[in-house]
Amino acid sequence: MTVVTAVAERRGWLVDRRRRTLAYLGISLAVMTGVFVAGGLAADVAQTTSLPERNLPPSPAHWFGTDWLGRDVLARVLAGLRVSLVVGTTAVLLSASIAVLLACAAGVFGGAVDRIVSWLIDLFLALPHLVLLILLAFALGGGTEAVVLAVGLTHWPTLTRVLRGRAREVIASDYVAVSRQLGRSRTWITRHHLVGHLSGHLLVGAVLVFPHAVLHEAALSFLGLGIDPAEPSIGVLLAESMRHLTAGAWWLAVLPGLCLLVVVKLVDTIGHDVRALLDPRSRQL
Amino acid sequence: MNGSPRTTPALEVRGLEVDFVQYERGLRRRTVPALTGMGLTAAAGELVAVVGASGAGKSLLAHAVLGLLPPNAVERGAVLHDGAELDAAGRRRLAGRDTVLIPQSVTFLNPLGTVGQHVRRAARIAGHADPDAVAVEALGRRGLGREVMRQYPHELSGGMARRVLVAMATMGRPRLIIADEPTTGLPSASVLSTLRELRENANAGCAVVLVTHALEAALRVADRIVICRDGATVGTAEPTAFHGDGNGLAPYPRALWQALPRNGFRVPVGT
Amino acid sequence: MAHHRRCHGLAVDLLTRTTPFARAAASRVLRLVLLLAAVAGASFALMVNSPIDPVDAYVGADIAAVGPEQRALIADRWGLGEPPLERFAAWSSHVARGDLGQSMTFNQPVSDVIAERFLASLALMATAWVLSGLLGFVFGVVAGVWHGRSADRLITWWAYTLASAPTFWVGLLLLYVFSVSLGWTPVCCAAPVGVLTDEVTLLDRLHHLVLPALTLSIVGVAPVVLHTRHAVVQALDSDHVTFARALGESRAGVVVHHVLRNAAAPAVLLQFASLGELFGGAVLAEQVFSYPGLGAATTAAALGQDVPLLLGIALFTTVFVYVGNQVGDIAHALLDPRVPEDRR
Repeated sequence: MTVVTAVAERRGWLVDRRRRTLAYLGISLAVMTGVFVAGGLAADVAQTTSLPERNLPPSPAHWFGTDWLGRDVLARVLAGLRVSLVVGTTAVLLSASIAVLLACAAGVFGGAVDRIVSWLIDLFLALPHLVLLILLAFALGGGTEAVVLAVGLTHWPTLTRVLRGRAREVIASDYVAVSRQLGRSRTWITRHHLVGHLSGHLLVGAVLVFPHAVLHEAALSFLGLGIDPAEPSIGVLLAESMRHLTAGAWWLAVLPGLCLLVVVKLVDTIGHDVRALLDPRSRQL
Repeated sequence: MNGSPRTTPALEVRGLEVDFVQYERGLRRRTVPALTGMGLTAAAGELVAVVGASGAGKSLLAHAVLGLLPPNAVERGAVLHDGAELDAAGRRRLAGRDTVLIPQSVTFLNPLGTVGQHVRRAARIAGHADPDAVAVEALGRRGLGREVMRQYPHELSGGMARRVLVAMATMGRPRLIIADEPTTGLPSASVLSTLRELRENANAGCAVVLVTHALEAALRVADRIVICRDGATVGTAEPTAFHGDGNGLAPYPRALWQALPRNGFRVPVGT
Repeated sequence: MAHHRRCHGLAVDLLTRTTPFARAAASRVLRLVLLLAAVAGASFALMVNSPIDPVDAYVGADIAAVGPEQRALIADRWGLGEPPLERFAAWSSHVARGDLGQSMTFNQPVSDVIAERFLASLALMATAWVLSGLLGFVFGVVAGVWHGRSADRLITWWAYTLASAPTFWVGLLLLYVFSVSLGWTPVCCAAPVGVLTDEVTLLDRLHHLVLPALTLSIVGVAPVVLHTRHAVVQALDSDHVTFARALGESRAGVVVHHVLRNAAAPAVLLQFASLGELFGGAVLAEQVFSYPGLGAATTAAALGQDVPLLLGIALFTTVFVYVGNQVGDIAHALLDPRVPEDRR
């Protein structure tokens, strides 16, 4: 008799994991593009009041119901998610740029520059993130631009810490020492060695900034310190819903929050899937 | 030496092959062959040395015999204990009772547990009524005092850690001992005492498999030498054949023999 | 070094340990002071450069009724006419003496507001901290031990989903289900409305604490679950577990002797390091349940443009997060003998 360990066979579905991840990525991007476009189209409907149709629970005419001014909640949710997507994307781009710059500078120059970068990271992580956001939003004068900036300017420290560690490893490696011996400049080394080695970590880290950024924007708006309350954003919608929750208008709170959760989880899953694709440690399963 | 194995050996490995299923960057699955044909027998009272260079798959053989391969391993061939073929789960059931493993390094001790906790636990698993007394006695027999009981693995020297591992592994009354590189990195005095203890176990009726890359040490105590190379066993030789130029040996064992320091590090052409 | 210490008696033990311990403690305090100075400087700079005019903010709705002389008087009393550096010097010398200034929103000294409000928040955060730590650890161990099985997939999926859920939304859901629909818990506040403070019973307080604490616990569970699961999987994959199994250790024995303690050290470290997240959660939960803690005070300070209180809270939460990290380090060192002695 031949003894065969069947474990590998049992996990056969993993063979297609790469393809599954790509399919998932495609579907998620399509969903988010759809939300973005629909959010733009729904902008007008989101602000249209209709007093005869106040406080209606979900129905075929209004899938997510209406609020106390008769505005369609689905339209407001779509418009709000569009805001979330914009804030999230801006935060990703800002944070990733800051993180790459600081991490490369710390790695390439080392010494004092590296100490300053570490110190900056520690300083930004010294306060609870939400308190830091509140201070920044306040200092920037409040409103939509202030929130986008505040969220974008505070999500780089963790990512920078990861990238800095990698950058230092690369710079300390033998092949960089060889390049130095050959008289290559710092710019050359950064371009040819560092960028390639950081790109994977950067991609994953940047994608995973998105969920945090979106949730933080929603939190600030919920507290009344973020997006202009006149604009529909998920945080604003949920803050408004609190006044009507005790009257039983559950759809005002449940559905917008659920939609935000779905969008955040879509991106979060993309981040973890891409990490699994790129991380050599996930080779053995 | 004891050169007459009984009809049913305590351990028999026949044509053992092990593959690992791995995922590449980008999750392409591939199968990596690790063992490509291992065979050996060890009877009660016999000490068999499995000798080969690093990376020849010796440790993997040891783990396979105990049914301890990781879940991504695929195994073919047969492993028989006392003539009965057992699957991995069956072999694992024998582990610690009939079959014991003496692992190779301090990483096989939990870094967060003291030596005392380890040895007492091993004594309890082996069914001793008074684990503490047994633990003190087992360590004392190997020259380790009571103060060692309070130490953590990272505070032990390589030799001390090895003695602790041996004390734990031989707590029960094993019928088959597999020692995985038990002498690597030890000072020569400890090498001798470790080998002597294994020989005494064999003399007491145990089947002992000594996995090592140190041919010379193996020759001192082994009844037979099984040579392995690139994941397969390539032959068996009597220790007596290793003398002079090694003319009675097959080409690869002969190369190993001639590469030893006292034989002048010669690397024969054509092997 | 380490076994050396263990061989000697208590007296020697104390002698050899006191000096490095004192040195380590001094260095921790020094680092905190430096960090506080940096946070103070940075926050002050942010506040000074805010486009919001503090006098306008103070005057609020009476803006039309207040003449230029009165405005100048207020500005003068606050020293707003001075250059920023001198104002910073004045403010920081007050802070160094323990005077954080006067809160405009609460019309009380900032230090009193913080002390009073923090106690209320502490009850909330401590409950949630213990609950999420214990639950997270248990679920993480279950997921790790059965990793790859359906229990693990369910727990992991659930943890990742919770990590994507807005804290305040979880609070709203609980509020709707337990307070509005079922009527089991109060809708708001830390005590029944209209009852004098000294007549509020402990039971009343607990009753009002349940939902905010539950909200914080539910959200706080996710990272503990995921980290513990990772640590358990790693421990199970280690050489020492292989050897334990080779010795005939049972599955339960492996978990008890080789997994629990090894996974506990990182979990404890993480739980102490997440005090900042916990406070952020408290800000949101307190807003949902109108719970009068320091979190709600933070929101009120920002909405009321109460700069002294905001600065005070920034400094206080810095200390809070820092102390959490240091205690976590020490606890981790006690659980893991490999950490060098001077870090204990």
